[in-house]
Amino acid sequence: MKVLVPVKRVPDTAGEKKIDPNDRTVDRESVESVLCPVNEFAIEEAVRLKEQHGAEVTVLLVGPESAQPIVRKALSYGLDAGLQVTDDGIAGSDALGTARVIAKALEAEEFDLVLFGNQSTDARTCLVPAAVAELLDLPSLTYARHLEVDGDTVTVHREHEEGWDVVQSSLPAIVSVVEAINEPRYPSFKGIMAAKSKPLAVKSLADLGVSPEDVGSGAAAATMYEFADRPPKEAGTIVEDDGSGTAAAQLADWMAEKKFV
Amino acid sequence: MARRYPLDMDTYRAPVRDARFVLEHITPLSALTALDAFAHAEPELVDGLLEEAGRFASEAIAPTNRDGDAEGAKVVDGGVVTPDSFKQAYDGYVQAGWGAVQHPAEFGGGAFPLTVANVVKEFITSANMAFSLGPLLTTGAVYLMQHHCSDEQLQTYVPKLVSGEWAGTMNLTEPQAGSDVGAVTTRAVPADDGTYRITGQKIYITYGDHDLTDNIIHLVLARLPDAPPGTKGISLFIVPKFLVNDDGSLGARNDVEVVSLEHKLGIHASPTAVMAYGESGEGATGYLVGEPNQGMRQMFTMMNDARLGVGLQGVAIAERAYQQALHYAQDRRQGRGPASEPGEQAAIIDHADVRRMLLTQKASIEAARALCYANAHALDLGHHADDPVVREQQTKLADLLTPLSKAWATDLGVELTSLAVQVHGGMGYVEETGVAQHYRDARIAPIYEGTNGIQALDLVGRKLPYDGGAFVKGYLGDLRSEATALTDDLAAIREPLLAAIDELGTVTTWIFEHREQPNDVFAGATPYLRCFATVVGAGLLARGAAAAQQRLDDGDTAPYGADFLAAKVTLARFFATQLLPSVHGLTGAITAGADDLYAVAPGALAP
Ligand SMILES: Cc1cc2nc3c(=O)[nH]c(=O)nc-3n(C[C@H](O)[C@H](O)[C@H](O)COP(=O)(O)OP(=O)(O)OC[C@H]3O[C@@H](n4cnc5c(N)ncnc54)[C@H](O)[C@@H]3O)c2cc1C
Ligand SMILES: Cc1cc2nc3c(=O)[nH]c(=O)nc-3n(C[C@H](O)[C@H](O)[C@H](O)COP(=O)(O)OP(=O)(O)OC[C@H]3O[C@@H](n4cnc5c(N)ncnc54)[C@H](O)[C@@H]3O)c2cc1C
Repeated sequence: MKVLVPVKRVPDTAGEKKIDPNDRTVDRESVESVLCPVNEFAIEEAVRLKEQHGAEVTVLLVGPESAQPIVRKALSYGLDAGLQVTDDGIAGSDALGTARVIAKALEAEEFDLVLFGNQSTDARTCLVPAAVAELLDLPSLTYARHLEVDGDTVTVHREHEEGWDVVQSSLPAIVSVVEAINEPRYPSFKGIMAAKSKPLAVKSLADLGVSPEDVGSGAAAATMYEFADRPPKEAGTIVEDDGSGTAAAQLADWMAEKKFV
Repeated sequence: MARRYPLDMDTYRAPVRDARFVLEHITPLSALTALDAFAHAEPELVDGLLEEAGRFASEAIAPTNRDGDAEGAKVVDGGVVTPDSFKQAYDGYVQAGWGAVQHPAEFGGGAFPLTVANVVKEFITSANMAFSLGPLLTTGAVYLMQHHCSDEQLQTYVPKLVSGEWAGTMNLTEPQAGSDVGAVTTRAVPADDGTYRITGQKIYITYGDHDLTDNIIHLVLARLPDAPPGTKGISLFIVPKFLVNDDGSLGARNDVEVVSLEHKLGIHASPTAVMAYGESGEGATGYLVGEPNQGMRQMFTMMNDARLGVGLQGVAIAERAYQQALHYAQDRRQGRGPASEPGEQAAIIDHADVRRMLLTQKASIEAARALCYANAHALDLGHHADDPVVREQQTKLADLLTPLSKAWATDLGVELTSLAVQVHGGMGYVEETGVAQHYRDARIAPIYEGTNGIQALDLVGRKLPYDGGAFVKGYLGDLRSEATALTDDLAAIREPLLAAIDELGTVTTWIFEHREQPNDVFAGATPYLRCFATVVGAGLLARGAAAAQQRLDDGDTAPYGADFLAAKVTLARFFATQLLPSVHGLTGAITAGADDLYAVAPGALAP
């Protein structure tokens, strides 16, 4: 079987992120870029499919040339090949634009399964996987907390607020995974060494046949007009039990005031 | 009661950027990648490795440190059980393959320079020193076997040791044979089938038994029946816990048992075992390594590597404790600082004396780290440089630096973890913060793998005489030329450094002049080693400062950042002006001779 894992380069989740006031995008210089941590769960699932079914796994990244180390990083978990879509025309794409590029890239590949993260840690729209499924007219199984492949059927446990649903589909299918799905392993020393010699293809919009009008900042349906820094954290309220027996009532009042109850 | 001290004490961040700086500017990796043997160790690949090894150490190993200390290793039903958290951590370690970095490719290793592999060792050791000892001993076993075993022995044992699926141990010490390894009495008697029957007792055997691997390969020093006395009559044997069948599967349980574990000041999770060989039959089955009576010579091939590995423990444990002290100093508020508002308590890091302690830790750690990495660098060049003359010179340099790394870095390990305790005030002395553990753990490193006293004897007795003294004089000349070349903007580093090199030259001359009175030299050997190492450490920091200053002047600060580079200059200056001058105070002790040491009879020393 063939599996594709789309991964995103994001600013370090632990770092202080800044927005560049000129073009209102993330200031990439100010913070280190990392492989989106949510994608590590999809990668782990793909590695397990390799172990169980001998799956061949390709990692796909849409992003600038400087994001190549992130593709190599993903390969260091033991994946087979990389595909990077790089084009100046992609800059400033919104979620739909990104999805268009990914969908076109997928169209050019053979695959049984696509394993997305359910969201990215920076923009967090959770839109891309469903949008890609829609564009390709393929079954979309989102929020998978468990995944099994048997023949040409994929079964996932789709997480929601009350628990999960068991959802099944034929392959090929588009799946997005949540963090509960597994515990990702660390890239191995050997994997890191091998990653540098894994095949890595780079494609442009023209290679994929994507029309420049459909992507990039010009095609974005949403525009950012303004932004503000997150307000500094304020000290929380501490209710102390002074032994007078009023602490519980104070706590209840506070919760009522904040409309938690 | 609420916790008084909320910092998660398992927190450790591998100092990847610091390590990378040393590899770029102090002990250049580029000199190694220029060699065929290491052409694959490209900087970006090494960056990626260090990044991931650091993440693994911080996330997967560091959280086991505290449990390991509290639970310790235990004997249950005749076998050693390690703390619960260790199994998963060890499996993760094997799966990630971090034990393979330095080993030859033919056994599944990465064939990376020791200079790189040791950074990984440093991170794992900081994360959990007691855990790291298992892999360290296994690495030592591979190193030894790789140089002396037959092909068949290599194929049988080494790949599984390289992967970490099996573990190795070193069995030298016996009750009457500690520093004096020549006094070993464990016996090896040839059997008809070409193997040997081993009987005897070994003590203090690190990871002598445990539940982390399916098999344990003991390397045991023992005497053949007709062996000459002393170190010339010692042979080396492989004694596997489980014998290995021809097809590689595990066979009979060998007659080697753990008798008991020691209760120790620190490294509680590292089992320190009394081992009995051949207790229940005619002896444990052992396989001779190489030729008879070559055991000591064989041990020597791994000595630099093993001793340097222990030196690194000093750096690693000091770094771990320092990170905690730095965190605490920003959290804890007491007294008024230079810029406090009236009525406001300052974070203790605002007090000059606390800054002194933190800078002393940071600068000393960096000096000791640079020394250990330089030592590894010399070992790498000594083994792999193209030019045989370079190989010989670099091997001598490594031989000279090894006792410095082992003894100075481990003494600093104790002193700097003590300072980290001090930064915590009373909270440092209670176990709750976890910093006390680092102080306890650090204390073993000056003792094992040749006590620091023995290292000092090695320095003055074996290393200084190289080439009739010309080698060390040449090295001092190199130190001086490099210091002299420091530019005027670094004069604050250059001048104290030159003065200290002069002092080192003076005491070295004294030692050469007194070589006919060895006991006078031995009397001052430990302070001499400290003087030597402190000067070398300062010189290496100065090299880093010069590179950092150059990059700042050129505005070429990526990927480190200007603040980081400026700090390198400041720390080197702090070391040169505030720590290095201590060497001038050592001269009296180095040159006093032994008379007073023996002027008081032991009886008169009693109260
Ligand atoms: C500072 C900032 C400015 C932005 N400006 C705009 C803007 O002006 N207009 C606008 O509409 N949007 C903007 N965005 C949103 C941006 O376009 C989205 O980050 C992007 O399109 C993907 O959406 P997402 O990150 O929410 O993905 P999600 O849908 O949350 O991600 C789900 C999964 O999709 C996959 N994926 C996502 N992106 C990629 C990729 N590049 N390559 C491969 N796989 C991928 C991964 O598997 C990921 O786990 C901005 C975002 C930021 C942070
Ligand atoms: C936790 C732990 C783990 C260990 N792990 C191992 C292991 O895995 N394998 C193994 O084989 N051994 C191991 N050892 C043993 C260790 O290497 C010895 O303890 C060490 O070599 C010192 O020997 P000793 O204890 O007999 O001390 P001694 O040799 O009795 O030394 C006592 C003191 O006398 C000094 N001294 C001794 N001889 C001289 C001399 N000639 N000149 C000047 N001073 C001298 C020493 O420096 C020291 O200060 C371990 C020990 C410990 C505590």
